[in-house]
Amino acid sequence: MGRYDSVLDTIGNTPLVDISELSPNPRVQVLIKLEGLNPAGSVKDRAAKSMIEEAEKDGSLSPGQRILESSSGNTAAGLAMIAKIKGYPFTAVVPENVSVERTKLLRAFGAEIIVSPAAEGSNGAMRRAQVLAGEHPDWWFSFQYGNPANPKAHYEGTGPEIWRDCPEVTHFVAGLGTSGTIIGVGRFLKERNPSVSVWAVQPPAGETVEGLKSLDEGFVPPVFTDNDGYSLLDRSRVVGPRESIEWARRLAGAGVFAGLSTGAAMAGVARCASEIDEGTIVTVSPDGGWKYLSTDVWTGALDDVVERARHELYF
Amino acid sequence: MPVEVRLPNILRPVTSGEASVKAEGTTVRDIFDDLVRRYPGLGPSLLTPEGEMHRHLNVFVNDDDVRYLGKLEAKVADADTVTLMPAVAGG
Repeated sequence: MGRYDSVLDTIGNTPLVDISELSPNPRVQVLIKLEGLNPAGSVKDRAAKSMIEEAEKDGSLSPGQRILESSSGNTAAGLAMIAKIKGYPFTAVVPENVSVERTKLLRAFGAEIIVSPAAEGSNGAMRRAQVLAGEHPDWWFSFQYGNPANPKAHYEGTGPEIWRDCPEVTHFVAGLGTSGTIIGVGRFLKERNPSVSVWAVQPPAGETVEGLKSLDEGFVPPVFTDNDGYSLLDRSRVVGPRESIEWARRLAGAGVFAGLSTGAAMAGVARCASEIDEGTIVTVSPDGGWKYLSTDVWTGALDDVVERARHELYF
Repeated sequence: MPVEVRLPNILRPVTSGEASVKAEGTTVRDIFDDLVRRYPGLGPSLLTPEGEMHRHLNVFVNDDDVRYLGKLEAKVADADTVTLMPAVAGG
């Protein structure tokens, strides 16, 4: 902490906080990395900065060129902030079923928003962005799902920070979205200590894939397959909205105000902690709770909040 | 004892709209074999022509992804739930 020349310099170096009081196993320590403290509010600031700076370096992004991305909100927020600072116009394709805070945040940074149908989920937003990219070859499509600069941000940033702050880590648990975090951090930690176990958490595809017409419309991010994610991961489980919300509430009780994907990650941590004898689990809180306030995650009747979350994208 | 298999929307036309069906077996492979006996139309969605797991279909025993539990050889016990889900990404 201190004085910085630019907001961009405040991305990363987030705190790692001991929340072992929430561990279901007294012999398992739990630490959480608070990525919501990044300037645009999420872990995605890291990937956004990395993708833009790599593209500037290799010449695929030139001054004044329009940046395009599809996002359920966080990546778009990071890109919008950085685009504003660096003077790039920015267009985000955002599914209509994200919380209102997300689109308002994008507008605060001056982003142009194209809304995609809720039923098509994040994958539908991505397909629309791919079409737009084809129609506008003069735009630069950052394509977070396939951009190597995304996992690189975590291999060179998040991973080393965790290793620096917690070399005793035995398990790393994180959500699977683009898989950038888990690929970058997981690979870095296993290179340092091959016995580190990497556990993924994913949201149920359920309500977000009603629009899928066939399995061929399913999607596994190239960031995952290009980096042999199937070999890197040791376990993966699905966590539904109810567990995610219950854990978001428990986290708030421990003073950690975090979003639903953090709740999901903590459900994964709790499972891991209860299956191992002892160890130190590190997890990532992708964002804070601010963007979820309108959905009454902490204050509504649990059943009502769960029902709403089923129809909203939060990963 | 049969286990419950939950199907995503896109596979329900094969089961006359049923979201949940029964199948018997002690491994995911057994369960898939039994499902295909009961609903032959499910075959191409469950396995590739080479007999591998479909790349865009995630299979969970309870809530654990079987890709990390032995894939088709992952164990399934009485009262377990097998959930089939299309692979999608977030971000």
